[in-house]
Formats: sequence, structure tokens, C-alpha cells
Amino acid sequence: MAEQPAGAPAAPTDATEGDFTFTLNGRPARGRKGEMLIAAAERAGVFIPRFCYHPRMKSVGVCRMCLVEVTGPRGAALQPSCYLEVTEGMEVVTDSPKVKKAQDGVLEFLLVNHPLDCPVCDKGGECPLQDQTLAYGPGESRFVEEKRHFEKPIPISDLVLLDRERCIQCSRCTRFAAEVAGEAQIDFSGRGEMIEVSTFPDEPFSSYFSGNTVQICPVGALTAVPYRFTARPWDLDQVESTCTTCAMGCRVAVQSSANRLTRILGIDSEPVNHGWLCDKGRFAFESVNAEDRITQPMVRRDGELVPTTWSEALDQAAAGLRRAMTDGGPEAIGVLGGARLTNEGAYLWARLAKGVIGTDSVDAQLGDGLPAETVLGLPRATIAEAASAATVVLLCGDLREELPVAFLRLRAAAVDGTTALVELAPQRSALTPLTTSFLQYRPGDVVELARALTGTGGPPQGVDAGALESARQHLGSGDVVVVLGRPSLAEDGAMVAEAAEVLAGLPGVRFLSALRRGNIHGALDMGLAPGVLPGRVGLEEGGAWFERAWGSVPARRGRDCTGILSSAAGAGDDESRVTALVLLGSEPSVDVPDRDLARRGLGGASFVVAVTSSPGEAVDRADVVLPAAEAHERPGTTTNIEGRVSRVAQKLVPPGQAWPDWMIASELARYMGSDMGIDSMAAVWAEIERLAPAYAGITADVLDAPWARDGVVAPFAGAPVSQAAVPLDPIAVPGVESVERQGAPPRAGSAVTPTAGPDGQVTVEQGTGGQGEGRPPVLAGPAGINAPHVAPTDSYSFRLVVGRTLYDGGTAVAMSEALTPLVTSAPLRVNPHDLDDLGITTGDLVRVRTARDSVVVPVAADPGLARKVVATELNVPFGDVTAGDLIDATSPVVELRLETP
Amino acid sequence: MAVTDAPRIVTARIDHPDSYTLERALATGAYEGLRKALTMTPEAVAAEVDAASLLGRGGAGFPAGRKWAMLRQSPVTYLVVNGDESEPATFKDHLLVERDPHQLIEGVVIAAYALQVTRAFIFLRGEFALGLERVQAALNEAYAHGAVGADIFGSGFSVDIVVHPGAGAYICGEETSLLESLEGKRGFPRIKPPFFPAAIGLYGEPTVVNNVETMSNLPWIVTNGGAAFAALGEGRSTGTRLFALAGHVRNPGVYELEMAKTTFADLINAPVLGGGVRHGRELKAFIPGGVSAPWFGPDQIDLPLGQDEVGAAGSMLGSGSVVVMDDHTCAVRASWRITKFFSRESCGQCTPCREGSGWLERIMERIETGRGRPDDLDLLLDACDNIAPGLTWPPQQTTICVLGPSIPSSIHSAITMFRDEFLTHIKEGGCPHG
Amino acid sequence: MSGHLGPDILARARQLISLYPEPRSALVPLCHLAQEQDGWLRPEAMAEIAELVGVTPAEVQGTASFYDMLHLEPVGTYLVSICTNISCMLDGGLELLEHAEEHLGVGAGGTTPDGKITLEEAECLADCDHAPCVQVNHRYVGAQTPETFDALIEDLRAGRRSDEIPSHGTLIRVRRDGGLRADPEQVASERAAMAEAKARRAAEAAEAAGGEGGS
Ligand SMILES: Cc1cc2nc3c(=O)[nH]c(=O)nc-3n(C[C@H](O)[C@H](O)[C@H](O)COP(=O)(O)O)c2cc1C
Ligand code: SF4
Ligand code: FES
Repeated sequence: MAEQPAGAPAAPTDATEGDFTFTLNGRPARGRKGEMLIAAAERAGVFIPRFCYHPRMKSVGVCRMCLVEVTGPRGAALQPSCYLEVTEGMEVVTDSPKVKKAQDGVLEFLLVNHPLDCPVCDKGGECPLQDQTLAYGPGESRFVEEKRHFEKPIPISDLVLLDRERCIQCSRCTRFAAEVAGEAQIDFSGRGEMIEVSTFPDEPFSSYFSGNTVQICPVGALTAVPYRFTARPWDLDQVESTCTTCAMGCRVAVQSSANRLTRILGIDSEPVNHGWLCDKGRFAFESVNAEDRITQPMVRRDGELVPTTWSEALDQAAAGLRRAMTDGGPEAIGVLGGARLTNEGAYLWARLAKGVIGTDSVDAQLGDGLPAETVLGLPRATIAEAASAATVVLLCGDLREELPVAFLRLRAAAVDGTTALVELAPQRSALTPLTTSFLQYRPGDVVELARALTGTGGPPQGVDAGALESARQHLGSGDVVVVLGRPSLAEDGAMVAEAAEVLAGLPGVRFLSALRRGNIHGALDMGLAPGVLPGRVGLEEGGAWFERAWGSVPARRGRDCTGILSSAAGAGDDESRVTALVLLGSEPSVDVPDRDLARRGLGGASFVVAVTSSPGEAVDRADVVLPAAEAHERPGTTTNIEGRVSRVAQKLVPPGQAWPDWMIASELARYMGSDMGIDSMAAVWAEIERLAPAYAGITADVLDAPWARDGVVAPFAGAPVSQAAVPLDPIAVPGVESVERQGAPPRAGSAVTPTAGPDGQVTVEQGTGGQGEGRPPVLAGPAGINAPHVAPTDSYSFRLVVGRTLYDGGTAVAMSEALTPLVTSAPLRVNPHDLDDLGITTGDLVRVRTARDSVVVPVAADPGLARKVVATELNVPFGDVTAGDLIDATSPVVELRLETP
Repeated sequence: MAVTDAPRIVTARIDHPDSYTLERALATGAYEGLRKALTMTPEAVAAEVDAASLLGRGGAGFPAGRKWAMLRQSPVTYLVVNGDESEPATFKDHLLVERDPHQLIEGVVIAAYALQVTRAFIFLRGEFALGLERVQAALNEAYAHGAVGADIFGSGFSVDIVVHPGAGAYICGEETSLLESLEGKRGFPRIKPPFFPAAIGLYGEPTVVNNVETMSNLPWIVTNGGAAFAALGEGRSTGTRLFALAGHVRNPGVYELEMAKTTFADLINAPVLGGGVRHGRELKAFIPGGVSAPWFGPDQIDLPLGQDEVGAAGSMLGSGSVVVMDDHTCAVRASWRITKFFSRESCGQCTPCREGSGWLERIMERIETGRGRPDDLDLLLDACDNIAPGLTWPPQQTTICVLGPSIPSSIHSAITMFRDEFLTHIKEGGCPHG
Repeated sequence: MSGHLGPDILARARQLISLYPEPRSALVPLCHLAQEQDGWLRPEAMAEIAELVGVTPAEVQGTASFYDMLHLEPVGTYLVSICTNISCMLDGGLELLEHAEEHLGVGAGGTTPDGKITLEEAECLADCDHAPCVQVNHRYVGAQTPETFDALIEDLRAGRRSDEIPSHGTLIRVRRDGGLRADPEQVASERAAMAEAKARRAAEAAEAAGGEGGS
């Protein structure tokens, strides 16, 4: 249905706020323009029962549960409150006998065909239909007829099962698929009583967002394979937290039973995820439960890793690092990784590396990111600003693969027609069909393209002039947000950074980072990158401040990931070779795109400390293994793509002897002879707030304030005056806030305290925005990147594009039982004309020669690619090798020759 | 053939065996009304229709002139003709599309001109295979004749018409459902407000939806003037109207009668019309306006065939169909079959309609086959009340469209008028009528 | 997925799509066309229709399954529909259906083993003055008694009525001759001119009314 006032308008959580007054059950209430009556009533404390209404989707008004009496010109009539906009002076009654009878009637009708199998239903105990039947429904069943029958649960995807007998036809799942995800692979079929949700034969609902349908289903019709029968709601215990599977920072409820994670639900955070999660974030928790977790400190003795005590392991680690320092100075130590840490952990590791050891060769980005100064220095936009900007420039990978919920937010903006998308990329993405201009460039041409866009250069060859012209018009709007990430991992990040800095010349432009790895933004903010110190300050500008606090800082700028690994591998100047590596939850051979370099670097180091929770090549090579607690096993904070700092919560006791990351750093410092004076996580946060300029003012009190439930954006500008929020969908977050409101006793644990809206009682200091009190200035403005020049190629060469796919060989997927089968193989995609020239077609093999190597892989035609450009994805099966085997981190673009094998 | 001396307006041509051809149509005055309209301003044409007080013939009886006036100023507007005719016992549009497609097309072009619409769709029930062929053939002829398409009769006005086949779903007769269907979707009715077609219609643009018979009246109205039309009939019920008479009468068929001046008794009993209840039996009850309408008993047979008169008596003229039941008819069986129809045809959006219709049908079937229970009648009425609160007429509703509150009509009527028959079924375990 | 619809059907499908402001509007007509080719809606056809009108195959299937005339399972050469709704019921429709079930040896919804006849219990077919009403492949065959019904089936099986009743799926044998005739640009300019003229007339009318009021 077209042009329908959606449930979208954000309503403040404050019931006293509004544009006008209406009458609700005889009392005055405040309504807002464009607000649905059901939402206005909810703000005023009157909960109207519902099934089909979802505050983040367009109303359809079909279940008829939300009928209330509204007085109109022809007297009082029953109206669906989810479909009726509240208006000034409206008279509404929600509790009359007539309303009650209508609602009882709907419930009874729903039960006509609904099986009474609550005791064996996954939803039993947290089912709105069950709850409302208890709370509102008629006492006894008057229904003696045979119910509708369907074959019991049928899979509609690898992750979701459907029991059609339980379906109440609310269309929440089908609307989610079509309206939110844009993937209408499930739809109603049939008519009347026989309506069922169905997929097309052999075309499952293979959406990255399928789990949301399970969460928003008001009954037990849709169930998730990983959760089915694992727990009953009343055994569950939950906390509210932040997902760190990617860097979006979606708010979640984490539920466990008997110290095992059982389920993760999305919580509606207005600035971030609007209640949605991707399936990876929802289901990858299985990795935390994995059997083969690293849970014990280990040291290598006679070539074998053997379990040991923490004190021996720390002793050995300290000794090995001291030895390296003695031999080669502090720069002989390189620290890789950190995106899996909390902010607190990242900060203490940065302090250990830079303040205690004295090396600046620290990098949380693993060759797949962008120079830290660029990310930190460019003017920033929030997610909400991007989703409401006049123009969004996509200079990043495929967001659906890399930051799935950011994709949903931008998709919604583009579908709304409020935001024009301009995409700069070497290959198409899931957002490409929604762009107003798609500027496809050849790897290596991105800087030239950026110049052409800003009018400081001519267009690179092959870029569509019409699209360029239309893009330029949109870029003049003064309200432009560039989403900045890595369009291809086979193209030097410095080139993208330089292109971004060119675009920074556009009027009114701001940037939203699309770096994707877990808490990468927290790690960068805490200084886990060469050239920077905690709180987004440069090594140079901040050196004196941190020297005063820490005692010392590195004498000079260190190496980045590629530099560290190359040096460890034995390349370059011998004088300050990296000989010892500290791996902070990183797995170089998987995480670093240039796999050969990763292996050589790891092999070349003479001493390796792995701080980790999962087995792999890093552990196999390590001399000391320090077991770290994982997500959901330790409290702390995290920082997302927009710089939003929010709490992550501890739900589980860490397995075995695993420690939280900050504690490992603090203890290791002590073993290295330098007590950092930290005895608690709270103390770390206090130090961050005091020392890290961009985090000034974000005290623990601020983070715990009810209005800061969604976290606060750093630099902190002070508490919001009023805060927009959409009432939670109670059906999707049972136990979080809903059960109470629906009149049934709470069953799921209620570790999450409901918030009543902005709380005037909390006193907050006005934020300083990170400046003042002698603090060094936060980075601002372009870093002045000069990317390496790309030599023109001969006409036989192909250029390689390497993207990412959500389900890859990364640790989270590899260790989650439900997700591993979803990893598919990635053939080398080639323009069909180029395939014709080679005389081969989809499915055939091709020999790929690079400067280093030659491999044979299968090909597939991709008409979306330019001629002489080939593409594939990182970390998925690719012939006998992985795309990482083709990438050369020291070369700005990767050139290939294709031959028939 | 008629009981008053009113002219035949929409059936004037149909007695000719080749009434559907362009040749015959032209020989009997087709497209004269259109030619005349094209010499007038669009407003003047609309004014004639307004003056005629032509009530919509699709069921709701809304004045066409008033509906047209609601079309807001918008560069894109559409005209959609409702030829879904699926209300049980209604078969008048069937006659018009098969026997006089040119009259329909002429009406559509006149309406398009008055509304300044350049694209019109004729939505015809898919089961009208012959009608679809006749209208398409006539449309081809009309294009060739210059009566449709670009620059019609040299007037500078252009309109394209597309014949769109339905695919078998009663609900698509409901205008918003029809529009959804025409957009290639499931026929789910839209919620009014805000989806009044005149405001938000086809593709979200203002759209006029009118019935086939409504359109077919336009050539005569333009030719003879709105006043001449309004002079026929009485009160708001002007002109003539097609009545489809079915059931236990000697001569079932479609009759064009002057509105309000004629009564149900005339229609059912006049020798030139229904010819009376057949086999010498007595009248038990009749349904005055399609199966969505509450039933009438023999005592209401003298009611005039006028929209407001029938409305005031607690039912509706609806789609202009009258079903006659003789005294051998089982009221339980009749209302069960009607309930089954609604259960099969509910679109399935609204809980009360989707689940309620099926549940009611199963209870009714139980009673009819002798498995009724003593409290079933209260249960039936209470469940009906949950679909149409109060069981009043016109009904209140808990659903999106009025299919929902139409479900109780026959059940409520049958129980009210023939409660004993239900009790006998329940007590004696089956139908005494066999 | 393309390639299932034959060239003639595909050409007609493209023409149909061009008749509508939005391609999806042609979805149901295209389903009829596919049935004309295959007698029922094969998954391959639905997938191709999805591609042609720009929706997912699940949406084509979901939409098609809403409509009784679109068959997601094979149908006999002849679809015999017997109406049992109120008018026909009053005239023996239910009894005729029962007879037909017995005679054909299949229940309503079933197809005879020879694949010739599918029997269907229909809702009102809008031919109530010929009750009980029967359609074969949506062609009216007039009121039927058990005897005439049996003869009708015999005729169908023997192919004696095939001129008048094409095999299942062929709904409209008259082709539209040509696409839209009013050129969209011309229409747009006409529309603008019409709107302008309308505004002018309205202004004149207002002025005239104002003048009268003043005098
Ligand atoms: C359930 C339902 C079925 C309907 N079926 C038809 C129909 O078959 N034909 C029709 O013209 N109108 C039908 N209508 C009425 C239409 O919604 C609409 O009022 C009519 O087409 C308007 O045309 P008119 O004003 O010319 O009567 C139906 C309405 C409902 C609620
Ligand atoms: S009342 Fe019935 S037919 Fe009408 S929209 Fe609701 S479910 Fe559909
Ligand atoms: S109709 Fe309002 S919540 Fe379903």
C-alpha cells in the first residue's frame, strides 16, 4: 500500500510531550502530529493490545486486536488504533465493555485455528497470544471444531523453521522481508483461512536478516534452529548489552541458561539498530559456547604448548618481551589486533605497549583498514545523520556484507526517497540498485575519481560521465555524509584515504566510518594504531600530556600491520627489526588480507605471545598463550562506527582460567616491572575519562544514566535535552519490557531495568567536547595522505577486487555451528566478454598468475564487473586457496594474468 | 415488458442478436452520446451526471456525480470500471458486457472526458471469458472507429482503455481490493480512511471506480440530459435499474425497471417479469440485494425498489439481485451455503472475518447435518456480534472492509425469521426438508 | 529462469506489460498467459513472470495463489465448474455436483485419471437464470440436469466441443490489436492544456458568480 503514514515517526518517550491534547479514557493526553494512536496511548501509559503493529514497520491494521472506541462525527466507532493517527481533540476510549468484547472476540477467533500446544512450543511462556489470552481472553473455549492442518515445521531457510498451524497471519515476517530487508523471498500464499507463509520452491528465505522474523513473530510459528528447544523462557536470565560481532554496535538482550548463551535478541535503539540484528550477530554467540575454547594459560616447552599457571605464563611472556627489547629496543616488539577487546582492555594494552614497553608499532587494524589519522581526523557524522542526509556517498565495501544493520538504515533512507545515494566502488553492492549514481571505477583510480567529483580533475577512464555529472549535483547540497571503508581489500587503503581527504573538500561534508571489525573504533580511539594516543590525539600533539601521565611515550612513529609483519618476516632494515609479536585476539593468517605476508611475519618472529580465546594458527605458533574472556564474559564499554560509547555486559562466568583483557595487560605490566596502578575495570574507565581527550566527560555516571541507555557519542557534548525514542515492540523483546505491560506476570528474567524516559534527576556535567584543561587537541582535518602511485598496466592485465561476505572463514562463523554451513565458495568473477575472450564459461577453471604465485580457480560470469576487472571475496573457499593468497599488501593494486589452465 | 412506461436505458439494444457488434451499435445510436459530450466542456458533462442523480450500481449506491467531484486536482488520475460482478445471484453486468460492450466503452470514454482522465481500465471478472472477448473485440473496433485512443473524433481528447481480466476472487469486487489486484497484488482491501480511491487510488493517485452498469447509463444521460433521467424514479432513486431475479420464480432473468416506482411484488409476481413463485408454492423469504443483505419476508414484498426505502426497512438494494425462496426451502441450508461462500471468499486479512467466517460455517454445517447443540444459536449470534457489533443495519464492523459484517446477515436473518427451523434441526438431528 | 515461455507468449507478455503504468500490474494477465501455454502455472513460468515484472518468484506465487483461476497444480484439459451457491443450490446445484462426482469418479477439486476433466465446486458464476449453472474452461454451457451433464462430459471427452471450448488456460482468444494509442508525451501536453483550460473556466465562472453577486 502506497503513501501510508508509517509507524516510523519517532515519538518522545515523555508522555507529557506533544503537539496537542486529546482525550484518553476521559483524561487529557498529549499527541504528536503523525503519531499513531496506539503509540500516543502507550506514551500516556495506556497499553493497547496488538499483534500486527510493529513500531518500525508500516501499519497494516489487519489483526484487529487494537480496536478502540473513537468518537467521530457519527458517534463512537471501533477503530484500529495502530492505523489511526491521533488528532487534536480526539476522544478515545480503550477500556469500555464494547472494546473489551471486540478484543475478546479477536482473541477467540485467533484461537479457532491455533493449536493448543503451548507446553511444547518454543514460544510458550513468552507468547503474546498466550499472555493476552490469560490477561484478556474468554475463560473457556467454545470451539469444538476441527482445526486447520498443515505439515509440521518446514524449513524456510537454513536458520528458520515455520510451523504454519501456529501462524496468526499478522504478516509481520513477510512485511519485514519486503519492507525492511528488501528481500521478499517469503510471502503469504492462499486466501482466507488457508493463508500461509511460504517460500518459492528451491528459493529459501536466505536473508542475512532472517532471524528478525523469528524475533518479531508474535507466536511460535517461526523458530530459529539454534534456539529451538534449548531453553524455556522461565529458565532464561538476561542482560542488556551491545553486539560486537561487527562495529555497528547494535543493542541486544543477551540471554543465558546455566552459564551457556542461549539467545540474543535485538533491542530497539533509536540511534543505532531500530531493533534489528543480522543473523551473524544473532547466532554467532555459539562460538562463545564452543567446546574448543582456549581456557588455560600455556607456554611452549620443548616445542610443545603445555598448560601452566598464570604466573608462569606471565613470567615467560614478560621475559620474552624484555629479551626482545634488550636485543632490538622497544621497536622490536609489534602488537597486532585489539578490535576484540573492550575499550578498557584496548586502553591498557595501548598504555602497556606505548607507555611501558615504548613501541609505537601497534596496530588494531590488520591490513584491512585505513590510516588511523584519517579515520579519527575527518569531520564525523552519526548513523542518524547519515540516514537523514540529503546525499550519502558510499566509499566502502558492500555494507550488507560488512555492516549489515548499517545497510538496513541506509536502505530505509534511500527507499524513503529522502536520501540520494552516490556509490564509488569497483563492483556492485546490495545498495547499488538504490543509488542515484553508481560510479564504477577500476581499482587504483579512486583518487582520480574523487578529484573528478570535486571538480579538481578529469574523470578516470571508463567512468560514466552522466552518472558523474548527476553525482556532482547531489554533492553540492551541503548535507553530504561519506561512508568510508574499504571498497576492495586488494587496493591500498591509503588510496581510499587520500580519496576521502579529497572529498573532505566538499562543502558541509562529514564522514561515517565503515570499518567493520568488532570494537575497532574503540581500539583506534584508545591508541592501538601507529601515530596516535588514547582519545584521538596524535603522537606528536599528545606526547607531552601522556608522558606526564604514563612516564614515557614512544620516541617515534611506529609501523603499521603491514610494516610489522614485513619486518618480522625479515624484510627491510635490520637495525630495528620486529622480533617479538603480541597478538591481541588476532589471527593474522585469517584476518590479514595478504595471507602470505601474514604467514611469513608470524613465522619470522622469534617470540610470539597470543592473547586469545580461540585456537588457530596464532596459537599453534605462540610461545605463550594467555586465555582471554570473550564477549558476554566481561563487562566494559565499546565504541561503534559513529563513536558511540556503550556498555557491554557480562552474562557468563569466563570458562576455565580466562581473564578479562584489561586484567591481562595490567598483570603483564607488573611482570614487566611496571605497576600501572590499576586494580579494577572502573579504575581503567576513570583513567580513560581523565586522560583521553575525546572521552572527557563520559564518566561512569553518565554511561549509567537512564537517558544514556543507547550510549553516548564521543566527544561528549552533554546530556540531551529531550530524547526521541520509539516505544519498544513488546512482542519482539519479551522479558525486556513487554511482559509486564501485557498484564501477564514477567517470566523471563528482568535484569534489564525499564527506563521511563529522560530522567531529569541525573545531574550531568556539561561535556567539554574533549577539549580544555590542558588536554591535547583531538585530531581534526585531513592527515595529508599521499597514496602510492599506480603504474598504468598493459592490456593483458586484470585488476583484482576483493570484497567480503558476511559468512566467511572468520573466527565467529567458523566456531558457530549454525553458521558454518552457510559459508559458500567464491569463484573468481569475470566480465562475460572477458570470459568469452578466454574461451571459457562459468564453472570452468582458470589459471591466475600474480607476481608471486600461480593458482587455478573456478570462474563465474559477472556482467556487473567492468572489463579487465575480476573480483572475489576474502576468506571463503576459492579453489584450493583463498583470495588472500593473491593479495600483495606492498603493492597498491593487484594485477593478474588469466590463462586457461 | 415493464410495469411502468419508463424507457429502457441500458438494455435498449440487447434484443438484437448482434447487439455487441459495432455495426449494430452504430445503427442504434452508439457513440452519439460521446460525440455530444465532446462538444461540451468536461464540467458540463459532469454536471449532467450530477443532475441525473445517478446512484452507483455496484452495491454501495453512492451518487456518481458526487464521487467524481471528489477527485482532487491532480495531474494523474485514473478511471477504473468495476466489472468483477461476483456477488452471488448478481448477473446484470454479465448481460451488459456480453450483449452491449460498445455502450460500456462509450460510457467509459464519456466518463474519462468528464474527469479528464487519459487512462482507463475495465476490470472484468476472469470467469467472463465470453465477455472478455466481446469487450476486447468491441474495444478494437472502437479504436479503429476513432472512438477510443488518440484525438477521439477529432476533438483533441485522448484516452486509452485497457481490459484487465480478474482471476477469480470475489473480494476483488470491493473497490480497493480491485485496485490492489490491478496493481498485480493479492486482493487485500485497503483501509478507508485513508485509502478512499478518490484520494489515494490506483498507484496512489486519485481514481474513480464505477460499476459497469453505472458507466452504461452515461450515453443515455448525455444524449437525453440529466433531468430526463432524474425525472424517472423517485427521491434519490432516479432512472431505471437492472434487477437480477433468481431462485424459485417462473422467469428468472435480468429486468430493467424504473426505480422506486416498481415494487418487489411487481418484480417477483408480474407475469411479464418474474411470473410469481413457481410450482404454485408460497413465498417464504427473499434476499433483496445480494447475499450480503439481510433477508425480507413476504410481508415486505410491497416495498418499492428504491435505495432509501429498502435501507429504511433494514436491508439494502445492494447489487440489484433478488433471490426468491419458496416455502420448501430450508433456511438453515440456505444460510449455511451463504456462510460457506463468505468463508471461501474472505481475503484473510482481518482476524474476525478470516477466522469467524470459517468457524461460523463449521457451526452452521454441524446444525444442518444434525450435529447441532442447544447453545449453538447463542454462540452463532455472539460470534456474529464479534464481527458486526450490535448486529444492527447498516452494520458496525470490526474489520477493514464490509465483507466481514456481511457474513452475519444471512445467519442473523435466518435465526430471527426461522428460529424454529434451527431448533428442529438441533432437536431432531437433521434437516426436515431432507 | 527465462526461456520457459514460448516466443509468441513472451511477445504477448511484453505487450501486456507495456499497457500498464507499472509492470507489476501485468502479473495476473501474465499468469493467464502462462496457463494458456501450460494449462497451469508451472514454477518455471512463475519464475519467468517474476523476472518480467520485477518481483520475486515468491511474490508471484503468493499473488497467484490468492486467485481461484490460477492453478499451482496441474489441471485437466477441461475444468468443469459447478456452481452450488444460493441460486443454483435452490435449483439443485448441490445435487448436480454430487452426481458429477459420482459420474466422474472424483471429488470436487479432483482430476479424472485420464487427465481430461477437473471438477470444481464454484461460487456464483453470475448466470443464475440458468441454474444450476455450469462452466467449462470458463465458458457457460447453460443449466444442466444429470442427463445433459453426462452427455456434455461425453462430448468433451470426444473433443466435440473444442471449437467453442478451448483447452484449459486459454481465456481470451481475441487479441488486442496494438498497444496504447495515445502517445504519452502528447497525453502529458494535453493534460497540461486541459488543466490550464479547466483553471481558466473555473476562474471565469468565479468571476461571473462574483459579478452577479455584486449587481
Ligand atoms: C465485498 C464487496 C464486493 C463488491 N463487489 C462488487 C462487484 O462485484 N461489482 C461492483 O461493481 N461493485 C462491487 N462492490 C462495490 C464496490 O466496492 C464499489 O462501491 C463500486 O464498484 C463503485 O461503483 P459504483 O459507485 O458505480 O456503484 C463490492 C463491495 C464489497 C464490499
Ligand atoms: S473484512 Fe474480510 S474480506 Fe474484508 S479486508 Fe477484512 S478479511 Fe478481507
Ligand atoms: S490491527 Fe492494530 S495491531 Fe493489528
